[in-house]
Amino acid sequence: MTMTAEPTPATAPEAPSTTGVLDRVLKVRELAIAAVLVLMLTATQLDNSAFLSQQGIKDLLLNATILVLVAVGQAVVVITRNVDLSVGSVLGISAFAAGDLLHGGGNPVLAVLVAVALGAAFGVVNGLLVSLGQVPALVVTLGTLYIIRGLDSIWIGSRQITAADLPSGFTTFGHDGLGVVPYLALLTAVVLVAAAYFLRSYRSGRDLYALGSSPEAARLAGVPVRKRILGAYIVCGALAGLAGALYLARFGNVDSGTGNGYELTVVSAVVVGGVAFTGGSGSVYGAALGALLLTSINSVLPSIGVSSVWVQAIDGVLLLLAIAVDRVVALRVAGLLRKRAAQTRSAHHG
Amino acid sequence: MSLRTAPARRAAAAVVAVTALALTAAACGGTTKKSTDAANSSAPASSASANPSAASKKGLTIAYLPKQVNNPYFTISDNGGRKAVEALGEKYKEVGTNSGTDTAGQVSYVNTLTQQQVSAIAVSAQDPGALCTALNQARKNGVKVVTYDSDTNASCRDLFVSQASAEDLGRTEVQLMAKQIGGKGQIAILSAAQTATNQNTWIGYMKDELKKPEYKDIQLVKVAYGNDDAQTSFQQTQGLLQQYPNLKGIISPTTVGIKAAAQYLSGSRYKGKVQLTGLGTPNDMRAYVNNGTVQGFELWDPAKLGALAGYAAVALASGQITGAAGQSFTAGDLGSFTIGQDSVVVLGKPTVFDKSNIGQFNF
Amino acid sequence: MAETPREKALPASGTGKPGGGDAEPASLGAAGRGAAGRGAAVRGPAGRGAALGWARDALRWDTVVGALLVVLLLCSFSMVDNFGNALNLSFLIGNTLPIALIALPMTMLVVSGEIDLSVGSTAGLSGAVMGHLWNQGMAIETIIPLCVLLGLACGLVNGLLVTRLGLPSLAVTIGTLAAYRGIAQIVLGSNSVTDFPQQYLNFASDRIGGTFIPQAAVPWAVLLVIAVVVLHATPVGRSLFAVGASQEAARFAGIRVKRLKLSMFMATGTISALTGVFWALHYASARYDNATGLELSVIAAVLLGGIDFDGGKGTLGGAVAGVFLLGALQNVMSLVNVSAQSQTVVTGVLLVISVLAPRVARQVGRARARRKAAGPQPPAALAATT
Repeated sequence: MTMTAEPTPATAPEAPSTTGVLDRVLKVRELAIAAVLVLMLTATQLDNSAFLSQQGIKDLLLNATILVLVAVGQAVVVITRNVDLSVGSVLGISAFAAGDLLHGGGNPVLAVLVAVALGAAFGVVNGLLVSLGQVPALVVTLGTLYIIRGLDSIWIGSRQITAADLPSGFTTFGHDGLGVVPYLALLTAVVLVAAAYFLRSYRSGRDLYALGSSPEAARLAGVPVRKRILGAYIVCGALAGLAGALYLARFGNVDSGTGNGYELTVVSAVVVGGVAFTGGSGSVYGAALGALLLTSINSVLPSIGVSSVWVQAIDGVLLLLAIAVDRVVALRVAGLLRKRAAQTRSAHHG
Repeated sequence: MSLRTAPARRAAAAVVAVTALALTAAACGGTTKKSTDAANSSAPASSASANPSAASKKGLTIAYLPKQVNNPYFTISDNGGRKAVEALGEKYKEVGTNSGTDTAGQVSYVNTLTQQQVSAIAVSAQDPGALCTALNQARKNGVKVVTYDSDTNASCRDLFVSQASAEDLGRTEVQLMAKQIGGKGQIAILSAAQTATNQNTWIGYMKDELKKPEYKDIQLVKVAYGNDDAQTSFQQTQGLLQQYPNLKGIISPTTVGIKAAAQYLSGSRYKGKVQLTGLGTPNDMRAYVNNGTVQGFELWDPAKLGALAGYAAVALASGQITGAAGQSFTAGDLGSFTIGQDSVVVLGKPTVFDKSNIGQFNF
Repeated sequence: MAETPREKALPASGTGKPGGGDAEPASLGAAGRGAAGRGAAVRGPAGRGAALGWARDALRWDTVVGALLVVLLLCSFSMVDNFGNALNLSFLIGNTLPIALIALPMTMLVVSGEIDLSVGSTAGLSGAVMGHLWNQGMAIETIIPLCVLLGLACGLVNGLLVTRLGLPSLAVTIGTLAAYRGIAQIVLGSNSVTDFPQQYLNFASDRIGGTFIPQAAVPWAVLLVIAVVVLHATPVGRSLFAVGASQEAARFAGIRVKRLKLSMFMATGTISALTGVFWALHYASARYDNATGLELSVIAAVLLGGIDFDGGKGTLGGAVAGVFLLGALQNVMSLVNVSAQSQTVVTGVLLVISVLAPRVARQVGRARARRKAAGPQPPAALAATT
């Protein structure tokens, strides 16, 4: 349902049924991740009945929230055929900024807003470099990854924010919730739905897909390319900033190493979630499911007693499987669409 | 281009050839672990002799190379070192990598310090073996090497300043845990990385301590690894609690691990029911001790550790000691220390922090 | 020590230079001129003569980096204590060698439009397997070829996934980055193997006689010569540029694109494994987390050397200059007591400049040409980037 904006320039646009097929298949893609997730959780529950206790469900949701937020932002950027590798550094520096403010007796709401604003500011920098400099996003954001991390550790030094520095209301917000649903997960769900709605129902949102599938065509069609890319980076940065604030609430501890190396996890989540690096396809729901799947695996393995030694290898193989399966399905679909198009065409001729 | 398979066949042939060559080499008796073990057994002996009454030289430079700069623990410890070194009228400096697992980076810092001709290096090694070549090169160039907090192989340094004997730490953590859970139940260990040398030594002594008859009702069910990362430690803690619903306690001999485990426990239904102890700093743990998540934990004073390393480095560079067992030196107001076997100096017993005394400490 | 003026002077000399990139084209890059520029849609080997203007643009950045390296070395020799002696230079080269090794095949891979992020993990896996087999009592002469074969297999997996399934190499190698590192962890676990035979350890850390050149630099130099010849003086090299510039056009021109890319991935895997062996010997320690994050350093250096990420452009000379520029800069900054944090910032800034500067220069050039042709008409992009 999020895929109505999916541009299909390669297939016959005059046949409305083709978009229907593609739409359904891509929905199947998300359903497939969801099915794997459910299967995995059920199997774990059967093996270890404590897994899906009230506390267990709460933990699963809490573990996923931060990654889901960053993955949603990353998905928006990846859809435009770009990437933002600096999210880990942005998350770290925003988390500390929020913590510093709270440590000084600031208002929690203000602290969260500061984190979001700081993240958005770095998004502006990345967005300007990528859109105006017209340089490869991978390189620029690798550069800003280093720069922001460096500034972060110069600014923070060996200081750290510990739970004792934070108002107790803020940390309670980090682990309490309505029943089994933590506040953080509710907040993340709101962001997720809003992002999905924006991508589907707003012209500027659909522009991002057009831009990703063919920048040249989008430009010719009058899409303000630079503005849209800049916008995507700002969203991504802001969400990384928000994730930083939530990290602080959840873990109650931030130092100069926070978020180090997070970019690869985020990119993995997005890719597992079916957002293609080639741009123009995928949805934020997919990215969110990918993030949920990855964090759940990391919870499942220890609770069924698999040694942590295996975690990384399993993560990697899963990522490879996800993209390989994706590709095979896509090839099949393309074949199917070609056949359909040929049929329609011959029908027209006949 | 008609010979489609030719390159593939050529590649396969090359692979076969290399493999054959390799196996032949093995058959002809190449260099194996056994053949080198015999050759490697002779350790370099230090030839210089000590003059315990020599005055401290002036104008020395003592360089601190912690596992990681910007790590609060090492900052406290190195600042302790700075005070000691500067009180003796020598020059202090600190360099190091941003990451605690950047072994190559640490090696290149040792190289740089060798170049800068510092008088002594106080280093906390990220890896027991990786620094050896570089450190021995430094020693050849007249630089004294003291390790603190985390040791290298004994042949690569002049002296190791140990925070507390590994044996003491391992055993006292089990004793603390036994007291908190009333002497029976399942316990687990949440360690740092699998490769962390000092963690593994401590865990070895913990297992040994648990063999004693008074702990027969305590079972160690699992050692989990949180990689000194907050999120991983979080999830490993959750996993332990789910996998072992009857778990009574967790020992985490790493400051990052214990902090993450405490944060998770304090926000979960296990708060106060599952005991947590290990090594942590009072500032990190204050909130959790005060809210009842943690009863008590232990640590040495990192500032004193850094200071002792500084005094030892100056004594070495001044020729008062050479690092041989039995020699002794004065370490300012810390008192006098005697070098033990394998050139190890031990700071002392760790301090146990609980609700009654945590307010007095600030590090 | 009175080092404040130097601390300030050095980063400045690194960042202030890019404007003056008017050095002569490097001879190493002779064949690189065949590369089509970015944005030129289809420009196979056939359209080479017409592309001279583009060629000058493409060549500009890697010569700038080479010049920067020379300037940095000259300044350091004269102004930085302890830089110029043999021991330090051998440290510099020895510590830069792993990056320099992997940069060779990585350059070719990037030129052909692909990337391999799993190089650090492949090196780690190779080191871990080496340590494990050594503990099992196998002879080191057997282990090393086996590790190299393992690297070949790692590269083969990457290459097959990319070429046979048509997956993006970025995604594939992020996956294998995790997978190979994970396997290394399973193989060696918490062990750290340090007792390799002394003559091998010596080889990896000793110098040639009294010179500053580490012994291990000799095999690297041989590999460098091979790589330069292959990339810049053979049909294979020209094919790589053609594939990188336009895969479609290259295929129509009769180049076996898939096989070419597959062999490049295998070469990268092999060299990465070799680097893993060297790493374990050089640092006398085989651990599963050896060479973690090496991929970012390699890519940063290669990019700094002017290799275009969109493929089809770059020279090995530039890549090697980039590698040693970063290595030397790090060495010098440590010697003058610049903190690790500031070094991170400098690396990042250099990286951003390395991609921005050539494009800005090109746009300035193009704008000037356009102005000459059609009167004043400042383009928006130029106004914003300058």
